[in-house]
Amino acid sequence: MDAPRDGACWAFIRGSFELFVYGWYPEPERWRVNLSFLLLVIAIFGVLKDNLPGKKYWLWFAVFFPFIAAWLLVGGFGLVPVGTQKIGGILLTIIVGVTGITFSLPLGILLALGRRSHLPVLRAVCVVFIEFIRGVPLITLLFVASTMLTYFLPPGSSFDLLMRVLIMVTIFAAAYIAEVVRGGLQGLSSGQYEAADALGLTYWKAHRLIILPQALKISIPGIVNTFIGLYKDSVLVLIIGMMDILGLGRARLNDPLWLGLAPELYLFIALFFFLCCFSMARYSLGLEKKLRTGHKQ
Amino acid sequence: MANEISDTPSAEATSVDSSDLIISIKEMHKWFDDFHVLKDINLDVRRGERIVICGPSGSGKSTLIRCINRLEQHQKGTIIVDGTELTQDLKNIEIIRSEVGMVFQQFNLFPHLTVLENVALAPIWVRKMPRAEAEENAMKYLERVKIPEQASKYPGQLSGGQQQRVAIARSLCMSPRIMLFDEPTSALDPEMIKEVLDVMIELAESGMTMLVVTHEMGFATAVAHRVIFMDGGEIIEENTPQEFFTNPEHDRTKLFLSQILHH
Amino acid sequence: MKDNSSQASNPLTRLWRNQESRGVIIQIITITLLFAIIALIGRNVVINLAALDKEFSFTFLTWPAAYDIGFSPFLEYTSQSTHLKAAAVGLLNTLLVAITGCIFASILGFTLGILRLSKNWLVNRIAYTFVEFMRNVPVLIHILAIYSLIITLMPPVKKALDLGGGQFFISNRGFYMPSPVFEPGAWMVGVAMIVAILSVFLFRRWAKKVQDNTGKIYPVFWISIGIIFGLTGIVFIAAGMPLSWDVPALKGFNFKGGMAIKPEFLALWLALSYYTACFIAEIVRAGILAVSHGQTEASKALGLRNNRVLQLVVIPQALRIIIPPLSSQYLNLTKNSSLAIAIGYMDITATLGGISLMQTGKEMETMILVMGVYLLISLCISGYMNWFNRRIKLTER
Ligand SMILES: Nc1ncnc2c1ncn2[C@@H]1O[C@H](COP(=O)(O)OP(=O)(O)OP(=O)(O)O)[C@@H](O)[C@H]1O
Ligand SMILES: [Mg+2]
Repeated sequence: MDAPRDGACWAFIRGSFELFVYGWYPEPERWRVNLSFLLLVIAIFGVLKDNLPGKKYWLWFAVFFPFIAAWLLVGGFGLVPVGTQKIGGILLTIIVGVTGITFSLPLGILLALGRRSHLPVLRAVCVVFIEFIRGVPLITLLFVASTMLTYFLPPGSSFDLLMRVLIMVTIFAAAYIAEVVRGGLQGLSSGQYEAADALGLTYWKAHRLIILPQALKISIPGIVNTFIGLYKDSVLVLIIGMMDILGLGRARLNDPLWLGLAPELYLFIALFFFLCCFSMARYSLGLEKKLRTGHKQ
Repeated sequence: MANEISDTPSAEATSVDSSDLIISIKEMHKWFDDFHVLKDINLDVRRGERIVICGPSGSGKSTLIRCINRLEQHQKGTIIVDGTELTQDLKNIEIIRSEVGMVFQQFNLFPHLTVLENVALAPIWVRKMPRAEAEENAMKYLERVKIPEQASKYPGQLSGGQQQRVAIARSLCMSPRIMLFDEPTSALDPEMIKEVLDVMIELAESGMTMLVVTHEMGFATAVAHRVIFMDGGEIIEENTPQEFFTNPEHDRTKLFLSQILHH
Repeated sequence: MKDNSSQASNPLTRLWRNQESRGVIIQIITITLLFAIIALIGRNVVINLAALDKEFSFTFLTWPAAYDIGFSPFLEYTSQSTHLKAAAVGLLNTLLVAITGCIFASILGFTLGILRLSKNWLVNRIAYTFVEFMRNVPVLIHILAIYSLIITLMPPVKKALDLGGGQFFISNRGFYMPSPVFEPGAWMVGVAMIVAILSVFLFRRWAKKVQDNTGKIYPVFWISIGIIFGLTGIVFIAAGMPLSWDVPALKGFNFKGGMAIKPEFLALWLALSYYTACFIAEIVRAGILAVSHGQTEASKALGLRNNRVLQLVVIPQALRIIIPPLSSQYLNLTKNSSLAIAIGYMDITATLGGISLMQTGKEMETMILVMGVYLLISLCISGYMNWFNRRIKLTER
């Protein structure tokens, strides 16, 4: 490829940069998106950084962050409402990824505990749910969300497509998290359960104070890998017509000015995902090493 | 050197005939990249001789005996094992490896094979022995190390001492002329050390040539003809066990002995 | 402090305190909730369907599909065929890309995994970079990128690129290669091949028996290859070479003769394979690394040669670690093949869950069928892998 054309095509990507980042989010309200990004960075920092003073408050902030961000982005309660169909591009990708990640973890833990429960009915329900979700492709679940879910709702009611997709993605990731956490629970020696019982702790207290902290620690690498998978899977929303970064890029390719620029476009988007996922993967690798040496001591 | 040995009362073989040499290491050097691990090693071992090697951690003991069966490659000098010189020649390496048995600190049994299969593996695939004969032979050696009843178990189901005895049987099954032991008891709990040492003492009594890296002084005094002390990749001192433990020559040896005696 | 052993006066509290009855209560609540949700959904579905004047039935499967499928290598399909037939074509296409993809991904993945262990710095780094880049980019992007590379960068049919001696061509409409034409007598070659494979099995058993009895070791691998190629080759020549190749040739606007691989299939197959291969590479690498160095050293110290060390010690132990995660990669590849819909490869999701759904408006029925098919495939793969895993599983520990 000759140089001038090469330069030109990257110029187009630069020209569409705003669209790629914000989708069609109204120009005057974009500070809300920027603020959300900033809060996200703070939340991630608070979760990942060890030995932060007041770590507890950082974690609480991370728990509340998705709700704050939802309010900021969608509006209402004093802010100008913005329809979810205006959301697109990297913003959409990150919304799908972050929502899935935050909500699938607690749901996954519950499913894992249910699958290991002594109560046959509870166990059966969890097994069927987990294995069903893991047995079908995410795209079929998204089709269900986009075409079939309205039949399940009370007549006349409807709710937002983005919301439906977020629920599906969360459920999908939760099934995988459940299996990772179950592996962590199985990795604990039965002595830990017995010790907890011997102390007279109730089921929930034993799990909250003794079992889960250890099991989750073992499962962190697996959980991060599931998150990476989820983040990559977020591009699938394009197939049901939502415009994430990949969807917008492809729409751009129909623009005569962009004709033949597919390789550059895909490379650009691939690099975007690579940077996000590779850094998550490195982080998980570092944790794994730290855990391994931690166990030796 | 040879004179020293013939003076010792515990030495059985006293002749200094050079054809009796089973291992001959001359001016041998080894480097790991630019780290000089072994410096100018000279060591002659006669048939039936039993040598204990000791020295501080990192002094190159393991590296030295691993050079003898080419698990490590030396860069300078010569090593001749039973008349065959160790060179790049793959055939020679194969010959030497099948004549030199080795027992590791970590046992290194094959976890996917039963005890019997562990012991019979090399005779079948290296000596090309019929299976029935190899297994019969293997049972013989398992009896010798006193665990024939464990033959059909997997290594993971045995205690450390039992595993190490299987490892010894696995080496013996190849009818080696020389046995190398690299700290065979240091991964074992105290109560298991004796059962392994007993097997090694019995082996010594049968006249096997043995090179043993160990800090078990009781064992050294009872069976060794010579004790070799290494430090910083060099052989510092070699002597009969009695002389070595009661009357060491070098300061470094004294320091080392005072440290292990205080343990 | 409250005394826990004191009897609560309230009978409900007592029931809740009793471990057994608490379990029963929780389960009853679970079942009730479950049925309530199902009943509610069922009611909503009935009302919603009635409002839209639809009914829940699978009879649409016998209606004519009225759409074309460009790629149906196994079944005769026209737009007059039924939706059921379209679904069957889609299922076969899913299986085709899943099976060929798993095979290619395994070959590539094992190769990459071994290259990752190479002591050669350059080889190692190249493999590492490839694996890390590819697996950290969504597979959908790979599929779309490869597809667009083929259709935008490859020349049109009239100027198809000749990849070798006028036999292999690539254009933006696909990859063309000669197809075998069997002439009378070809059946003998087929029979010879089956006989050769059978005799390899017999030979292996015989060689093992000979080794057990006399200790003699045959070079089993090379003799097996010799038997398969030798016997088949001799019969092939003796039967007068009853095979010719139908070479693709450009006639007018398209190629005639030969075999054509559509760009949709090519892109999907390639992208799924190398994407999955990168995960397999890491699995293989970890599996081989997990076999401790001491195992290799002990086998060498016993005098085993390098190839025997691999055959008898390293591979059996590594496989045990590799197979469970490998099977979930096969499952992933199969599920990811549903992304075919993004480039118009007609798999089960694109036929039944895509066009059939749109044309008949039977969202629920089609989605139930599509999901059922994937569940069934998943069950088959994990069932087979469990069986295989149990067969090589060690009793150790
Ligand atoms: N593969 C290797 N690469 C680089 N250095 C090595 C390697 N193996 C051993 N060394 C180094 O060579 C030196 C001698 O090692 P060796 O294992 O022979 O010591 P040792 O006397 O057996 O010690 P120990 O009593 O702890 O077993 C050590 O400093 C060690 O760090
Ligand atoms: Mg050592």
